[in-house]
Amino acid sequence: MGQYLLKRLLIAIPSILGISVILFTVLALAPGDPFEELATNPNVPAEVREMLRQKFGLDDPVAIRYFRWLAAMAQGDFGFSFASRIDVGDLIMQRLPTTLIIIGLAQLIALAIALPVGVYAATRPYSIFDQIASTFAFVGFSLPPFFTGLLLILVFSIQFDWLPFVYRADIEATGWRWFWEHVRQAIMPVSVLALFLAASLTRYVRSSVLDVIRLDYVTTARAKGLGERVVITKHVVRNALIPVVTLVFLQLPALFGGAIVTEQIFRIPGIGSLLISSILANDTPVVMAVTFVSAILVVLFNLIADILYGWLDPRISYG
Amino acid sequence: MVGSIPASATAELSAAPRSKAKQFSPWLDAWRRFRRHRLALVSTVVLSAIVLSVLFMPFVWSVPINEIDFTARLKGPSPAHPFGTDDLGQDLLSRMLYGGRISLAVAFAAMVVAIVVGTIIGAIAGMSRGWVGPALMWLTDLFLSLPPLPLLLLVIYLFRDSLKSVFGPEGGVFILIVLVVGGLRWMPAARLVRAQFLSLREKEFVEAARALGASRLRQVIRHILPNALGPVIVAATVDVAAAIIAESTLSFLGLGFPPDIPSWGRILFDAKDYLDIAPHWAMFPGVAIFLTVLSISFIGDGLRDALDPRKVM
Repeated sequence: MGQYLLKRLLIAIPSILGISVILFTVLALAPGDPFEELATNPNVPAEVREMLRQKFGLDDPVAIRYFRWLAAMAQGDFGFSFASRIDVGDLIMQRLPTTLIIIGLAQLIALAIALPVGVYAATRPYSIFDQIASTFAFVGFSLPPFFTGLLLILVFSIQFDWLPFVYRADIEATGWRWFWEHVRQAIMPVSVLALFLAASLTRYVRSSVLDVIRLDYVTTARAKGLGERVVITKHVVRNALIPVVTLVFLQLPALFGGAIVTEQIFRIPGIGSLLISSILANDTPVVMAVTFVSAILVVLFNLIADILYGWLDPRISYG
Repeated sequence: MVGSIPASATAELSAAPRSKAKQFSPWLDAWRRFRRHRLALVSTVVLSAIVLSVLFMPFVWSVPINEIDFTARLKGPSPAHPFGTDDLGQDLLSRMLYGGRISLAVAFAAMVVAIVVGTIIGAIAGMSRGWVGPALMWLTDLFLSLPPLPLLLLVIYLFRDSLKSVFGPEGGVFILIVLVVGGLRWMPAARLVRAQFLSLREKEFVEAARALGASRLRQVIRHILPNALGPVIVAATVDVAAAIIAESTLSFLGLGFPPDIPSWGRILFDAKDYLDIAPHWAMFPGVAIFLTVLSISFIGDGLRDALDPRKVM
């Protein structure tokens, strides 16, 4: 296990470096200049512009600029936001918790739906229930999050006026009322993401259970007279869930995409809406930092998935 | 002549099974398996209807997409405007038809980019016996762990203006979106092709071709690739659906096509602020995207049953 852990860690480091190279290459290849604003501003004399360029080392060779950028990123120094006039690191730390809470809740709800439905469908393959579940799964991942979001707003906010469709970070109430308001405004964005996730998870749980249920040890368990319920919960599901754990973490890149869209629709002050608003405001440091942070988070969660996988299934870590 | 009729009838009867057996081919067999997937069959009809109407309806319904009519703002469906109108009184049916052309063209072109890049990388990785294969697979895994939407947005943010100035607003955005959406989706195809190649290259028929002196390129193009095609076709179908969603997501975020090129996602983006007064405006593009993606997904599922028998669950 120790060796496996070390190996995984050593694989994660080149991944992060590789991602940083890709991102920096994109930035370096891009036309345009972060100081364009200054260049067109007649109040800034040419000498000042030259001095600024030298101070930030914009005329250095690409390799040197890359290492300087990487060193700054590694120290958590993401630069200064042009638009908000505060440190990009602080800005991200303000926004990240909301996004992580929304994503985490959606993931939990998706699991709560997908596990029972997937297991039940797999124990009765090709039954009516299975066919309905798989049709729903197809509908679920064919409905893009932006359309589900608009549909929910149309039904629950406009038609029935039950739920607010603008997410507010500053709710004035206190105590239970504060908590209830937060729950109410989180219902729609979380369900949009959960539906999107549950659809693919259900199919995955089903096929994973189907793979296990045919194995010999399950037949043995049945042969020694265990009830069907015990066979499924104690013998089948435990082993079938190992790949599902991995998938929960591997879905994160796609989930970030879904979160960006959802945050945009419901105006949630998270990291996704920060990305969109800084793109619209030409705020390069924020755009780069958000992309880099989300990529790092994905590598981190992949690492956690690998470690969990090795822990749950010892065959992997000895292999 | 009359007397020969029964004889020929029996002759035909006995000949019938033989001609049926002669007609057997892998494609016919695949079609037989595809037909059994009822939802895939229905989806083929739905998708054909969408594609055909997007292609040919504009010849029948020739209302221009940008004819502004303030007397008919935000009107619901009516005989004059079967899909209603938007906030400038522009006819939504013709905008939807135009947008369908854009969305489907982008999706198809992006799929071609993804499959071509993925097949080339997967084939090189699958044929190499040295360090090239593992290196390419490491690169593939790296790209797989990048969050796709933030990267898409980053690339579009950085390159939008320069491509616009070179290829014009329409062409620039089209090329950019196709390249970016396709260029970030080659990884599944590459892994698939590599896995296929690794097993196929050791098969006897490839060895026979090698023994006959076929060059490596000929082995790949003539012998290995055709046998790896089934899963690639399935992956291509999935990619079209994913590209439709990716393009409409970008347009929905306001970072895809400009308002004078109404792709389905763009119409939805324009409609979202009028949800309370003109819900029909958002419903038509939303339902169109949903139906197209759903039918492509079902067709992909049917094709998987038909072309990739190993994966049948």
